[in-house]
Amino acid sequence: MTHTPRILVKGAGVAGMTAAVTLAERGGVVTLYEPGGRVGAGASWMAGGMLAPWCEAESAPPEVTAQSVDSVDWWEAHVPNVVRAGSLVLAPPRDSGEIARFGRRTTHFETVDGAEIARLEPDLAGRFHKGLFFADEGHVDPRKALVALLARLESLGGKAVFSAVDAPDDAAFDWIVDCTGLNVRQELPTLRGVRGEMLLLRCPDVVLHRPVRMLHPRIPIYIVPRADHVFMVGATMIESENAGGMTVRSMTELLNAAWVLHPGFAEAEILEMGTGLRPSYPDNMPCVVREGNHVFVNGMYRHGFLLSPARAREAADMIFGNSVGKMLGN
Amino acid sequence: MTARFYGVELSSPLMLGTAQYPSPDILRDAVQAAQPGVVTVSLRRESAGERAGQAFWSLIRELGVPVLPNTAGCHTVKEAVTTAHMAREVFGTEWVKLEVIGELDTLQPDVFGLVEAARILSEDGFKVFPYTTEDLVVAERLLAAGCDVLMPWGAPIGSGKGLNNIFGLRALRAHFPDVPLVVDAGIGVPSHAAQALELGYDAVLINTAVAKAGDPAVMARAFRLAVEAGVLARVADPMEERDMAVPSTPVAGKAMLA
Repeated sequence: MTHTPRILVKGAGVAGMTAAVTLAERGGVVTLYEPGGRVGAGASWMAGGMLAPWCEAESAPPEVTAQSVDSVDWWEAHVPNVVRAGSLVLAPPRDSGEIARFGRRTTHFETVDGAEIARLEPDLAGRFHKGLFFADEGHVDPRKALVALLARLESLGGKAVFSAVDAPDDAAFDWIVDCTGLNVRQELPTLRGVRGEMLLLRCPDVVLHRPVRMLHPRIPIYIVPRADHVFMVGATMIESENAGGMTVRSMTELLNAAWVLHPGFAEAEILEMGTGLRPSYPDNMPCVVREGNHVFVNGMYRHGFLLSPARAREAADMIFGNSVGKMLGN
Repeated sequence: MTARFYGVELSSPLMLGTAQYPSPDILRDAVQAAQPGVVTVSLRRESAGERAGQAFWSLIRELGVPVLPNTAGCHTVKEAVTTAHMAREVFGTEWVKLEVIGELDTLQPDVFGLVEAARILSEDGFKVFPYTTEDLVVAERLLAAGCDVLMPWGAPIGSGKGLNNIFGLRALRAHFPDVPLVVDAGIGVPSHAAQALELGYDAVLINTAVAKAGDPAVMARAFRLAVEAGVLARVADPMEERDMAVPSTPVAGKAMLA
């Protein structure tokens, strides 16, 4: 590269924000463009923000874990309020067989009994007798993290455009990094949307220090604590591109899981119901492909916060010449 | 020697569900390994709306296996009938696996609603595959309602408990020697599938046992081999059970020491 590349990053979800910051850190002159008016106008705003490389191995291929073990470090180095308190996996007593199955498919955990669960999460004392504790995992508030990345981008000299009226002209840039999810289905025809629904609850009666995954054969749900007694409860996984409001069934499932975890959630205030479509490739693996000077970072599925740092590095390696990268259509 | 389902001979007695796989790619690998006669697909929960499921349904169509849409997740006659109509439009088939769920803990069929929905759909030209129990009387009513296939459960959906009531399943087979019978639900491991075919069942339907296996494609292949074994065992006419040992080598004329 003979001059500093001018790079246009489209999309200010987690894929776009991590790419923009990484490219700016490598010395690119980055313009971020998001016609949605703000950071996180898409599915990222509804994310759980769990940084759980080992838990994800339960249903994701081993590459997800391999490519995300340093994800917590990346987030900790880039945004405030990353919590490294591990994750806890629990099941209602009659589904305790699910704990054994989860344990067979994952690593980097210790099996914990009732006393250890009570030590980790005093509010759950006496409610669960067996679980798995993944000590090295972390979590982050996705909304705060995206806003913090924008500030970081600007401090690195990057520019952000949040209005379609001022849409930058592609021709003015050396590289276009497209992170606009399902908006580029023409270019990436194998993309599909996977519907997810989530709730935000405020519950001063319950204190949790880390994400808790509640296993259930049909309805696995997690609860992630945020600041100010807020909890994110998520998330459904439905093969549908209906982006409409949450269904009664999903609401019931999410609330039941919270209630089973702790009856104190019965008095929680429902702050928000969210629905989003996760852009996903047929293998449900996030992927970076390029065509000419266009680089597509897409298909984050349910691994956006976990895998976007690694995908941003890949995109940067393509642009700064360290790797040719995978071509579109191959 | 596969039975005919509404006049159609399937290439395999294995019916494979398409829900709950880790990814569409893994689903495709599992289908290739299982080589099922049909794949079933849920229209209600998976789609949550008329056109919203198109992306996933296209993936299902591209598998190149006949599709048996189902009404999984329906709890009333009206829901099931509406879902069946949507399935006919989306997949262009009159086949429908009819589920009317009556109880949430066991997901057992509401047999009363099932019979009614089966009658409504059969009169409307649907070829109904009803998910039922092993109850003979309900079976009679389903046939009277227009069904030419019965799909009794082995055990509750997703439980993996295998064939819970062998006697009942055997009675159903004996009672309806000419009706194609499929064990649907409850099969956990390949030996359960082989057992169902050895009992004389014409097919088995499997979903969770493959989708939730650590390696769905390998488990799919195991099921393919199991149904092949079950079919061959039936063709070969198994020996009878006996209470006493029967030596495979004659003892008469042998020197008896001590």
